[in-house]
Amino acid sequence: MSRRVVITGLGVCAPNGVGLTDFTQSLLEGKSGIRHQPILEKLGFGCQIAGEPLVKDNLIDNYFTPLERRGLNATGIVYGVIAGVDAWKDAGLEKNETEEPSWDRGILFGTGILGVDKFREAIHLIDEGNVRRLGSTSVIQTMASGISAYLGGLLGCGNQVTTNSAACTTGTEGIIMAYDRISQGKAEIILTGSCSDSGPYVWGGFDAMRILPRAYNDNPSQASRPMSASACGFIPGSGAGALVLESLESAQKRGAHIYAEVLGGEINSGGQLGEGSMTAPNSIAVQRCIRNSILNSGIEASEVDVINGHLTATAKDVLEIENWSIALNRSGKDFPYINSFKGSIGHCLAAAGSIESVATILQFQEKVVFKNVNCADIHTQIQSLISENCIPLKTMNHIPKIIAKASFGFGDVNACVIFKAYSE
Amino acid sequence: MLEEEKYNKLKDIIKIYLPEDVTVTDVEQNSHFMNDLNINSANLVDIVLDVEDAFDIRLENDDMDQMQTVNDAMAIIDTKLKSK
Repeated sequence: MSRRVVITGLGVCAPNGVGLTDFTQSLLEGKSGIRHQPILEKLGFGCQIAGEPLVKDNLIDNYFTPLERRGLNATGIVYGVIAGVDAWKDAGLEKNETEEPSWDRGILFGTGILGVDKFREAIHLIDEGNVRRLGSTSVIQTMASGISAYLGGLLGCGNQVTTNSAACTTGTEGIIMAYDRISQGKAEIILTGSCSDSGPYVWGGFDAMRILPRAYNDNPSQASRPMSASACGFIPGSGAGALVLESLESAQKRGAHIYAEVLGGEINSGGQLGEGSMTAPNSIAVQRCIRNSILNSGIEASEVDVINGHLTATAKDVLEIENWSIALNRSGKDFPYINSFKGSIGHCLAAAGSIESVATILQFQEKVVFKNVNCADIHTQIQSLISENCIPLKTMNHIPKIIAKASFGFGDVNACVIFKAYSE
Repeated sequence: MLEEEKYNKLKDIIKIYLPEDVTVTDVEQNSHFMNDLNINSANLVDIVLDVEDAFDIRLENDDMDQMQTVNDAMAIIDTKLKSK
């Protein structure tokens, strides 16, 4: 059994826009969400800038009851609930007000680590010998599946409700997992997405690895430079993206708006063998992942007209372009348009795949390829692989047909999903 | 502290934990937190912490076990305040 799967709802809580309207506008303009973070400066971080969604306090009241807000100290849950509930509404779906769980609706919402600030609170109390003062919300805000649990309860879903975690591939992996489950007939509707907490306790480890830019603390919007010769590391970010995946049958029955179709995808790992390691990708696996995603989608590599890469703004960007080029067997002017949203959003870690997928899908709606920022100086090795015309520096009018979106992550894990403009 | 003042302070704490189908006017001296007010056991843990903060007292495990009704809570708060 293999059924067609479509996207009927989107939601986002991103550093450069909370909600689809603001986010779309920011992408059209290339508006940066990367800002100076006083807390990082105070704590003596090398990189004192980050991409953090600006969530107004009164907005949170629309999503959480006063009781839920008490002691709520998990930014990932706030972002995930905002994006998730928005996507659900955007799909024209309602909260389940009946007494019966919605058996054919599920949640597959990932994260890397959840509720770190809440966990810090707990650690202090426990170390003071005061474990009794933790209260009842310590567990639900710090368990990884806290986010799917919150959303599952809010929406009354009765199908699989779970959290996946695969570093920076998490969001893209979730879309493919949701696609698989729906196409196999095990669910009709799945809210998928991912979220990542803000703050020094999430970002500190990357600063310590010395992989974040340190020269842009006074110039945050220029810091993240995917595909550029002056790329010097990724800027950490946070937030959440959410997508409602649905069987075509169900979407048609409901008369839902369809953003795009998910044709399929592939998830794999390089086994940390060959050139692969905990932190570096095995190119053989990356190429295989891209190739298989094309195969699984029943299309030809030549049909892909837009790519949204992982492209974090490190020296590895060149290798990624090379891997796409080899996997698709396309180069020079024959290469698809390619963009990276990390130039304006930063690298939202576990939330990256879902936020960027929301952005990717919006290109179908807006009939554009969103611009790349901070890469006027395209890396010469990239220019030797693909034509610079493939890397739009301005948002360009284009009606995308098939977009490939990939994410790669620590642990040598890869995910590539294929989206297609919807037609009956 | 007057009994009335104590009772109102306690009611203010309980208010936020009431489920949608229970209102603050349903709270009476002999209300059972879980059976009458439908407050779940996890939230009872939080009510205890709020009581500690509001009255600047400390409740032990035994006190928590005994705190089943609004009256129980009032009595425990009284005892703790007197022994301060």
